[in-house]
Amino acid sequence: MIWDVELHRGLVHDGTRFDLAIRFASEAERLVLHGPSGAGKTQTLKMIAGIARPDSGRVAVAGRTLYDSAARAFLSAQERRLGYVFQDYALFPHLTVRQNIAFGLRRGWLNPARSFTDPAVGRWIGAFHLDAVAGHYPHQLSGGQRQRTALARALVNGPHALLLDEPFAALDKALAKRLRAELKELQEQLRVPLLLITHDDDDLRDLAHDVVHLHGGRVVAAAAVAEAT
Amino acid sequence: MEGAWIALALTLKVAGWATVLNLVFGIAVGFAIARARFPGRDVLDAVLTLPMVMPPTVLGYYLLVLLGSHGPLGAWLIEQFGIRLIFTWQGAVIAAMVVAFPLVFKAARAAFETIDSQLEDAARTLGMHEIAIFFRVTLPLAWRGILAGLLLSFARALGEFGATLMVAGSIPGRTQTMSIAVYEAVQAGQDDAANFLVAVTSIVCVAVLLAAGRLVPGRVAARGG
Repeated sequence: MIWDVELHRGLVHDGTRFDLAIRFASEAERLVLHGPSGAGKTQTLKMIAGIARPDSGRVAVAGRTLYDSAARAFLSAQERRLGYVFQDYALFPHLTVRQNIAFGLRRGWLNPARSFTDPAVGRWIGAFHLDAVAGHYPHQLSGGQRQRTALARALVNGPHALLLDEPFAALDKALAKRLRAELKELQEQLRVPLLLITHDDDDLRDLAHDVVHLHGGRVVAAAAVAEAT
Repeated sequence: MEGAWIALALTLKVAGWATVLNLVFGIAVGFAIARARFPGRDVLDAVLTLPMVMPPTVLGYYLLVLLGSHGPLGAWLIEQFGIRLIFTWQGAVIAAMVVAFPLVFKAARAAFETIDSQLEDAARTLGMHEIAIFFRVTLPLAWRGILAGLLLSFARALGEFGATLMVAGSIPGRTQTMSIAVYEAVQAGQDDAANFLVAVTSIVCVAVLLAAGRLVPGRVAARGG
């Protein structure tokens, strides 16, 4: 099983209680979590990545157990080695594209120098056509370039799986379509398991091997989503 | 005039050390208060901000009670290390540091609180440990706000009078800083010396404020993204 996830978490948001109880398992290399905003998608992804903590449950990705409350096992986000692409990309604003991509390769207390070179960094800059903007800062980039930089930064460490939070939501339709095709091709090349969350049906159609529908913090059948939205 | 240069050199030394100490403590405490969630956080914040609103002579009195040879900390320092802080330039550093501390602490706390925590999460997913994240993401992004606070605290330390006088006295060449020298000169009717000291102090303070104005956090926002 590539994805084996069971998560429970009680959240209090704006004074109202929200109970997240999610359970799914899938063999799909490209799995899409689909649902309207407020369904608990981002929380689920953060708990899989280890940057949010569930109350209880179990997370196993690509054969590695990352979290198991029954066995008191919790790997930190650092130990999970999952690539994460944030919805607004979360690029480091004080670092150039090259430094952002090299961030995870340089250990220690100092950021990679602007001139930092590494075969892996060069490879991803080339693959994502970022050569011309490698020395630019995130605020100087277009939406597509930001998205590619975030993707390259997540991939450069050779993650066990890739988690993407609405990666195309901030882009116009034509660009989203092109980048979706790029992502699909990339995944087929690398064979890295990919979990993407979205509320966009285009993502489902173009990318998904398998879909998990979320609504109100629960896994629901596809028909229930159509009814509720 | 020579006395004025000695006073200026001493003032810069005292304010410089006070600022270096505040750099370390202000950042550490500002970060802790910005991130930690514990009951009494607001009370602690208020206590740490107290030096900004309390009369410096009152602060100086507290420091005397604490650091004097019969005070709990002062007695311990003498016993353990033979260190006396009262009527020394190091004592003046402590006084200037305490008075200027809230300016660094407040700036640091505000700067740390404006940082998007998602950037730190991103660094975590890239395998970076917490200390590395602090030095590579958190501190560089907060740095400008902290630096503005540091410069203000340096300016405040330069002008420190009340607490310094209480703790370190007014020994020419040893603990007599610019602001105290101005007072002494006026008291003694030495108008030329007073004029010169006042002019030098004003120029240094304006220069510091101009530098701080160039570093206000508003300018970072335009650059971030």
